[in-house]
Amino acid sequence: MTEPVHGMPATESRGQTVLHPSRDELVKLVLDLRDDEGFRVCVDLTAVDYLAYSAPRELPDGIAAERFEIVVGLLSHTKKERLRLRVQVPADDPTCPSLFDVHPGVEALEREVFDMFGIRFDGHPDLSRILMPEDWEGYPLRKDYPVGAIPVQFKGITDAR
Amino acid sequence: MPADSVTAEERFRTAEGSQEITSRKGAGAAELLRELGSVLRLSETEAQKLADEAPAEDQTMIINMGPQHPSTHGVLRLMLELDGETVLRCKPIIGYLHTGMEKTGETLTYLQGGTNVTRMDYASPLHNELAFSLATETLLGIQDDVPERAQWIRMLLVELNRISSHLLFLATNGMDIGAVGMMIYGWRDREETLRLLETITGLRMNHNFIRPGGVAADLPDGWRDEVLRVIDAIPPRLEEYDLLMTGQPIWRERLQGVGVLTQEEAQALGTTGPILRSTGVEWDLRRDMPYLFYDQLDFAVVVGSYGDCFDRYAIRLNEVRESIKLVHQILDRMPPGDYRIQDRKVTPPPRARIDESMEALIHHFKIFTEGFKVPPGETYRAIESPRGELGCYMVSDGGGRPYRMHIRGPSFVNLQTLPHMLRGGLIADAVAVISSADPIMGEVDR
Repeated sequence: MTEPVHGMPATESRGQTVLHPSRDELVKLVLDLRDDEGFRVCVDLTAVDYLAYSAPRELPDGIAAERFEIVVGLLSHTKKERLRLRVQVPADDPTCPSLFDVHPGVEALEREVFDMFGIRFDGHPDLSRILMPEDWEGYPLRKDYPVGAIPVQFKGITDAR
Repeated sequence: MPADSVTAEERFRTAEGSQEITSRKGAGAAELLRELGSVLRLSETEAQKLADEAPAEDQTMIINMGPQHPSTHGVLRLMLELDGETVLRCKPIIGYLHTGMEKTGETLTYLQGGTNVTRMDYASPLHNELAFSLATETLLGIQDDVPERAQWIRMLLVELNRISSHLLFLATNGMDIGAVGMMIYGWRDREETLRLLETITGLRMNHNFIRPGGVAADLPDGWRDEVLRVIDAIPPRLEEYDLLMTGQPIWRERLQGVGVLTQEEAQALGTTGPILRSTGVEWDLRRDMPYLFYDQLDFAVVVGSYGDCFDRYAIRLNEVRESIKLVHQILDRMPPGDYRIQDRKVTPPPRARIDESMEALIHHFKIFTEGFKVPPGETYRAIESPRGELGCYMVSDGGGRPYRMHIRGPSFVNLQTLPHMLRGGLIADAVAVISSADPIMGEVDR
């Protein structure tokens, strides 16, 4: 547990700084970091489903652990620094404000998270499946989505003896 | 786009929305302002002007390029809206090579994981393994204990791999643009480097040689002569490429001023690697955020100034030269020592011990069946792959398999520049632009 960084509760993870904004604070924080602190590039955006996580979660005080976590990686070319944001997203309301208007480069990354985790990004210009077929059911990277399972269909059995 | 501006008949709609490009009816000023405005910082009037300039819907044509088009480097599908020969809008559609490798990664142990990630960016497999291994080592907390020789072997291998990857780019770039001779020469020289990698790792591609804790084996006898033989043969050939392409008027006509990207666009779109450097941003993770021992080596970061296809071609050509310089320095400084960490938690016991000790046999068996346990936590490690920043975000819950393994593929993010580079250009230039973005679809779709 460390001191707040950029006014946000922060942790240190293997020598890397991690900020923990809430969903409402996310866009404002990323915008401020871009304009005032030089974090002009959003290199990565992904999510983690903590449904089956067996170890205690390392979160700062006042941050309640939720099932999903959105992980945003920011990079400053001038300071040569990285910053990671981890946003808690509850399972019963899997939505998050989109960063598209701040960093248009997250367009494909947010679509991928939507495709794989079913987290909706409010304000994304084109939220559709990106890797899976558009009529796919379920969200593959969720922990309750089995690996390699094929739904069994019983077709054509009309008279069961 | 807003859902109410098109009817259901105009758009194949599912619960999640369609992946395909939408009809022009919805693509008015407001839409343009969001799509382009956030990148170009357009004002509302500018967006309106652009929207007014666009022809009516019945004068444009939407065509598919790919997924089975030879110049799309695999299975990339582009939907292009054309006005005559001019590209108005473009949307890349991907996913044809998606095999769920991130999900698969969650079911494999940390030792098996290398065989999985190495198949993502199949033109530079060793870089994938390196990013994966660095992330695993950071989680284990052994990143400073990996023997020096192992780190230098890793650097030697990834630089050789960078050379082979860029030679592949030169070959396909030449082929796409019509310099078919270049294709033959590029493949020939790449094959030489792949053969060299085969003598060292045992495989041409998908090596699984860089593993958490070090590398799989020491360098073979006579490796130094082999490496020198191959990398000494390349520079005169690069001179030939200069003669064949760089100074040639047709080649320059075909590439200069095509697919221009500005610095602001590149940064806003999160691009990395040669595409970012072609716009004049001096950014190379090897120099700016060094990993392994890159801070002890001397090399130049090649940058362009116009952000066009020619710059991207020239950057990659000259990065081959820089990599050759690096390999020479690595050869001079290769230290003696161990090629993998002697931490019994991560490394299996030596073969000789297995014959005489039951415990060693059990230990060996456990490491290869259950794998080793990694303390809980999360980390992100990034390296400079031939295509840009290749990152690995890994979460562990203390088990023998990654809880979540995410690879930030540079091609996946760089692909978003295509609509901006193609906009307003000719369809014939689309091939040159796709080629210069150098996407590897295995990494895009993962």
